[in-house]
Amino acid sequence: MTGDPASSDTPWLDQGAEPLIKIRGVTKKFGDFTAVNNVDLDIFQGELFCLLGGSGCGKSTLLRMLSGFETTSTGTISIDGIDMSNVPPYERPTNMMFQSYALFPHMTVEKNVAFGLKQDKIPAAQVAERVDDILKLVELQDYHKRKPHQLSGGQKQRVALARALVKQPKVLLLDEPLAALDKKLREQTQFELMNIQEKVGITFIVVTHDQEEAMTLSSRIAVMDEGEFVQIGTPTEIYEFPETRFVAGFIGSANMFEGRVVEDGPDHVRVMTDLGEIYIDHGQSVREGNRVWVAIRPEKIHLSKEPPTEPGPNQAIGMVDDIGYLGNTSIYKIKLENDRIIDVTAPNQIRPKTRTHRITWEEKVYLHWDASSAVLLNK
Amino acid sequence: MTDRSVSAAVDVAPHHASALSRLMRRMQSGWRSIVVFIPYVWLLLFFLLPFFIVAKISVAQLVIASPPFTDMIKWTDDGVMSIRLAFDNFAYIFEDDLYVKTYINSLKISSISTILCLLIGYPIAYGIIRSGPVTRKLLLFAIILPFWTSFLLRVYAWMGLLADQGNINNLLIWLGLIDEPIRLMYSEFAVYVGIVYTYLPFMILPLYANMEKLDATLNEAAADLGSRPTNTFLKITLPLTMPGIIAGSLLVFIPATGEYVIPDLLGGGNVLMIGRLLFNEFHQNVDWPTASAVAIVLLFLLVLPMIIYQYYQAKATEEP
Ligand SMILES: Nc1ncnc2c1ncn2[C@@H]1O[C@H](COP(=O)(O)OP(=O)(O)O)[C@@H](O)[C@H]1O
Ligand SMILES: [Mg+2]
Repeated sequence: MTGDPASSDTPWLDQGAEPLIKIRGVTKKFGDFTAVNNVDLDIFQGELFCLLGGSGCGKSTLLRMLSGFETTSTGTISIDGIDMSNVPPYERPTNMMFQSYALFPHMTVEKNVAFGLKQDKIPAAQVAERVDDILKLVELQDYHKRKPHQLSGGQKQRVALARALVKQPKVLLLDEPLAALDKKLREQTQFELMNIQEKVGITFIVVTHDQEEAMTLSSRIAVMDEGEFVQIGTPTEIYEFPETRFVAGFIGSANMFEGRVVEDGPDHVRVMTDLGEIYIDHGQSVREGNRVWVAIRPEKIHLSKEPPTEPGPNQAIGMVDDIGYLGNTSIYKIKLENDRIIDVTAPNQIRPKTRTHRITWEEKVYLHWDASSAVLLNK
Repeated sequence: MTDRSVSAAVDVAPHHASALSRLMRRMQSGWRSIVVFIPYVWLLLFFLLPFFIVAKISVAQLVIASPPFTDMIKWTDDGVMSIRLAFDNFAYIFEDDLYVKTYINSLKISSISTILCLLIGYPIAYGIIRSGPVTRKLLLFAIILPFWTSFLLRVYAWMGLLADQGNINNLLIWLGLIDEPIRLMYSEFAVYVGIVYTYLPFMILPLYANMEKLDATLNEAAADLGSRPTNTFLKITLPLTMPGIIAGSLLVFIPATGEYVIPDLLGGGNVLMIGRLLFNEFHQNVDWPTASAVAIVLLFLLVLPMIIYQYYQAKATEEP
């Protein structure tokens, strides 16, 4: 694509880079119901882009508009500079991996994979070669002659992937590609999927409702809610700097506090909440007196049995109400003085000798967190 | 005291239970074998037995008596059993041009009718599948609705429609498209109309049942891979609906070949079909042996394609 390869890791930051896919003001209505509402999005060559959101938020609908199975009610989609409005699905430079896999039951693995190539009138010898190569890539080289009903779920998933990849589309669309697999296989396949994407260098757009999956896979994530994008960013941006309460709550868990801005400095904000005064060391455009929300991730709050040496912001006192032991970490339910309960997680680095936690039930604890840990939310 | 009575009860209960459950199990397995045997008994009583009777008559000879054929087994006066099988009935069928021509004509009419039913029924079934849930129920109901009137009545209705002074001719004259009534009745055309009309539901229903199981995303997957709609139909939809096509075709082809009422009422004397010939042999000529031979040959003509189909079907499913 355009732009030098050096900047290709984060092409979305490059002002001059031309996006592969341009979605402009796209809306999809089913009768009175708006499934996708006025979305704008740029996706760049080589990205592994995730559409993340709860069930029914319009992820599949957006994907189906990209592949051409649904028309846009308003707005335009262009791929590689070409407006897709009047291009039927069979002429689009996209291929889709369906949530149900949609393998042709009457064809062998080999014929399923070859189907797309045959539509392009590619000579038989070349078709056979490319089918061999792609089946090797998904590690199904010994399954050429099997029919779909003779395959396990994981194998079907890989045939579906091979069939969509073999045509080397400009964009591969994957609708919940791993949802049907069990947890263990799903985690393993996530990494395989990333490796494959890196090898073939094709732009992937993955739809998922699983935030962990989105975090693991993507270069960038668009978080969707009720047909709209609530935030677009890298996994780190989305996790560390959620912009809204929805995003903060949907990705990972967060303690959220309503409060009032008491000071709005150029490089910091002070907010008064029922957790006490929160000092945030990055400026944001809010006004003093505004009602705002602040989020703090459970793992960013530190617990101590000792009182702090001097009083200040970003401190609180509470009582251990409950402890959940998760193996690698423990989750502490801390009851504040105003009876509100917040979550704090801490890693279990040292095996407790006494078979109990260093901090235990009904103990008084002192909480503190860094000035960089709290995030101001817009909505 | 209570203690002992309890222990006694406990002692007895398992015996009771086991005896009862054993009885239940025996009854159940009895039921199961009865249920399994019902189709066999049915076939034996209503297919195999009549078939052997017809087969027996087909190798007998015509006599003027009651019943009008010779016995297969005869006892001579000195107690010797003699079995007589006369195959000349079959020879007669194949020698006489009339029979051969009638067979060929019957197969031709039923084949063309089957193809017509398929060409009309397939899009109808596909349309029903594609319509909304309420419309779908209504359309299916409409397909089954004609069965609620007598078959004979419906054929008579067609006579009324197709007659020289019938509704169709009247309409065409009224529209000014023709001046004189055209001959619709007592022709092969009328027979085709009757057969296709009557047997169409038997084509649509198995096709519908088959298409209902079809996954619509397969069509999307094909389109996504670059296949145009026509190609998708030929490569995906058609192969996957083949079981429905074959089931529907057999359900039309087999009864249509032996059809009697439709060629008789709508074709009159002008259309030769084997059903009419059979009727004539039985009732006008009272030649039961020849009629039976005609029926046996027809049976083999119809069973043969089914056996061939079964053979290829078995071979196709064998493949990995
Ligand atoms: N063809 C359709 N007709 C009517 N409503 C639809 C259709 N397709 C999707 N919807 C509705 O649009 C919303 C978004 O659907 P979808 O994009 O499939 O959600 P998801 O994010 O779970 O993939 C849902 O409420 C769904 O009921
Ligand atoms: Mg979906």
